Amino acid sequence: MAMATDAPKDGFRLSMLIYDTRYRSYTIQLVVLVLFALAVAWLLNNTAQNLAARGKVFNFGFLWQRAGYDIGQQLIPYNNDDNHFRALLVGLINTLVVAFFGCIFATILGVTVGVLRLSRNWLVSRMMTVYVETFRNVPLLLWILLSYVILSETTPLPKDFKVTDEMIAAGEAPKASMILFDTVAVTNRGTNVPAPLFERGLGTLDLGFMSLNLTFWAVVAVIAGSVFVNRRMLASARATQEATGVRPVTWWKSILVLFAPVIVLLVAMGFHLDVPVLKGFNFQGGILVAHSFTALLIALTLYTAAFIAEIVRAGIMAISRGQSEAAFALGLRPNRTMSLIILPQALRVIIPPLISQYLNLTKNTSLGIAVSYLDLRGTLGGITLNQTGRELECMLLMMLIYLAISLSISTVMNLYNKSVQLKAR
Amino acid sequence: MSETHAQTVTFVRETMLPPVAPPLGERGAVKWLRANLFSTPLNIALTVIGLLAVYWLISSSLPWWLNSVWNASSLGECRQIVAANAGEGATGACWAMIRERWHQFLFGFYPPSQWWRPILAFGLLFGALAPVLFSGQKRNLTIVLGAVLVFLLVTLTLAGTPGFPFALAIALVVGMLALAQVQPGKLLWFTLIYPALCFWLLWGGSVWAPIVAMAGFGILYAVFRLASPLIGLAPAAGAGIVVAVLWWLYADKAAVGVLHGILPLALQSINSDQFGGFLLAIVIGVTGIAFSLPIGILLALGRQSDMLIVKTLSVGFIEFIRGVPLITLLFTASLLLQYFLPPGTNFDIILRVIILVTFFAAAYLAEVIRGGLAALPRGQYEAADALGLDYWRAQRLIILPQALKISIPAIVSTFIGLFKDTTLVAFVGLMDPLKGVTQIVRADINWKGIYWEPYIFVGVIFFVICFGMSRYSMYLERKLKTDHR
Repeated sequence: MAMATDAPKDGFRLSMLIYDTRYRSYTIQLVVLVLFALAVAWLLNNTAQNLAARGKVFNFGFLWQRAGYDIGQQLIPYNNDDNHFRALLVGLINTLVVAFFGCIFATILGVTVGVLRLSRNWLVSRMMTVYVETFRNVPLLLWILLSYVILSETTPLPKDFKVTDEMIAAGEAPKASMILFDTVAVTNRGTNVPAPLFERGLGTLDLGFMSLNLTFWAVVAVIAGSVFVNRRMLASARATQEATGVRPVTWWKSILVLFAPVIVLLVAMGFHLDVPVLKGFNFQGGILVAHSFTALLIALTLYTAAFIAEIVRAGIMAISRGQSEAAFALGLRPNRTMSLIILPQALRVIIPPLISQYLNLTKNTSLGIAVSYLDLRGTLGGITLNQTGRELECMLLMMLIYLAISLSISTVMNLYNKSVQLKAR
Repeated sequence: MSETHAQTVTFVRETMLPPVAPPLGERGAVKWLRANLFSTPLNIALTVIGLLAVYWLISSSLPWWLNSVWNASSLGECRQIVAANAGEGATGACWAMIRERWHQFLFGFYPPSQWWRPILAFGLLFGALAPVLFSGQKRNLTIVLGAVLVFLLVTLTLAGTPGFPFALAIALVVGMLALAQVQPGKLLWFTLIYPALCFWLLWGGSVWAPIVAMAGFGILYAVFRLASPLIGLAPAAGAGIVVAVLWWLYADKAAVGVLHGILPLALQSINSDQFGGFLLAIVIGVTGIAFSLPIGILLALGRQSDMLIVKTLSVGFIEFIRGVPLITLLFTASLLLQYFLPPGTNFDIILRVIILVTFFAAAYLAEVIRGGLAALPRGQYEAADALGLDYWRAQRLIILPQALKISIPAIVSTFIGLFKDTTLVAFVGLMDPLKGVTQIVRADINWKGIYWEPYIFVGVIFFVICFGMSRYSMYLERKLKTDHR
């Protein structure tokens, strides 16, 4: 006797579309799809009507028109005769530069603070707690504005650096002096840092649509080559160790491989630093780093580091005590315990939230608008938008670019995350 | 061996020695210092560096705090007073600026004669939150409502509230206090009507506008109750929504006009551009928080759903919103919404910003709640199915209470992030406390060049609110903890 009976074979009724679980999900999806399509159609229709009413057409041709505005910080050649697209690229690079350095500095500071907060030293751990809570609970905008105001309103004027003969005769010191062995001058106009210069540089290679700075790329290529050779060397040392039980001495070879080629290359190209010097009323030579950049970088670093510190602390605390006790029982020293047992497991917990902090930092660079830092939002979404009056195109393009940046960062970091995850058996 | 030994000794102690206090280095402050500050050379170095840092901070900022000036009319006068009191070259804080401008930091350009309205709305906010935060706990409810009563009595008197609204407000809070003693659960009704009340208090206008708008929800519910026995639950809900939308679109204005003609009860209406300071931040923050949670839950459920289209749409929405900076969304609110809406529509900038901020927070909340849903053991879902619960009952009774509990810390930190992000509305021309108001103050010839004081003032208020939220989340986490660790 069959225990299970087939479902009753009634004819299909319309009400089954709602009450029968076999069909209900299709009904719901259909309704959602229709509503969504209607909403999109409504929005597109409105947009078309509004554009027509304003007499505008939706196209991106304006990107090739003359931009006509200057950008203070430009890492690729740009002048106000270039087109809006070039300005967009300059802005995009400015965004990426702040994000890149911000991520590096925030990680260094954040990991340090996170570890120190777990320290058994009462004073240090309390100080780190105060730091983390202060920076986490106050808006980022405040830190950006405050660091900008402090940098631009409390720093000395360039003329305060002046040393006159009378002052030497009277034995007086100037009101302000340069720091870091007289190479860096912080004035109210910006930070003057030394510029790397080459007497016998390799020049630039013009590719038509862009030009390559050969000197820069030669240095990058040599460093990359050194790192690659060093890794191969360490791998072969490891193989020898596993085969014979004796690890060949590598530290001096590593140092040689990593540093000698770069130094040789730099000397060959006549590398020297162009130190800023006070001439007349302002500093000449070197690079002038605008305070908007410095303030944005400082604020982003301090703010994000507070979050990263919490992530690192949580990651280390998530590893059960048994793990470190087991490591000690095996006779591992504390630093080996950290590097071989705790960190590999903690990284598993740390990496995913760290990715989202990097994403947040990158998106927060758009707050540079508060200090007139011309990043992607300042160029494409700011001056270009105002000049051409093409809100729709500019905003869409800007959102797409930010989206692309976010997605690529999260893809890269997710790949890294996969490589540190425990392999499930 | 031990026996022979025992026989050879001449003295065996027969009583226990009284315990001796541990050596000086192993107890009290000395032991604590050694264990916590000077245990290893590295620790000693850290302690010394830390002490130096603390000393530097205190020595450089203490005179500034001690020389604070509270009575002056300009920064120059402040500096003269500091120089007169503490000698030439001394630094001193100039809190006189806060004393003169505090109202702009709190209310923006809200008319001073109407300050009692935001104050009342702020006080009642806690009356509306308390039944949600401390559901059914008579003691906590009484404490919160008592605090609200005291707060309102003091601040409303200071703000010079006219007699009638003052009496009405106090009567309302006293009534709630009484209700909390008898039926604390009923207080949730106040939470339900609070949004309309708050809107009316802040923006003013006819009292009938929020009442008629809220009546739409009443109509929705009535249609749903009447129609559901006839045509079933889902179609009845649909019908209710359709009727309510028709009510809001077509009958709303007329009804308000008629009712206002019969009983003209109105407050002076205030424009959105007069809002500013923390009033603006709190309006945007609280509304965003209140609306983003349900939307976030729906998005998270949508993302977990088996239905391909629902899932795709949810994922697309979440990833898009999370991939772009909030600033671009705010600019969308101020620049692009006019393209997407029918020609001629123009609605309030604060409302537009609130909508976009809500969506932004909802996408982040959705991811956080998804984490909670994923962390729940598979068995919970299967148990709910085994009990024969339908989807919404299973979610409401089994899944969401546990998933939300897991994600409380992350949800609250998203809320904190949202509240901090309200400062970004400065970039679309609204007057937030940080950039908007501070810029106005710093542009004043009297206060030109002041920077620590406004930022410290605003920063401390933000800190208190955000820190309070994070402490509350820790309290909630402890209270809801059910595992036995």
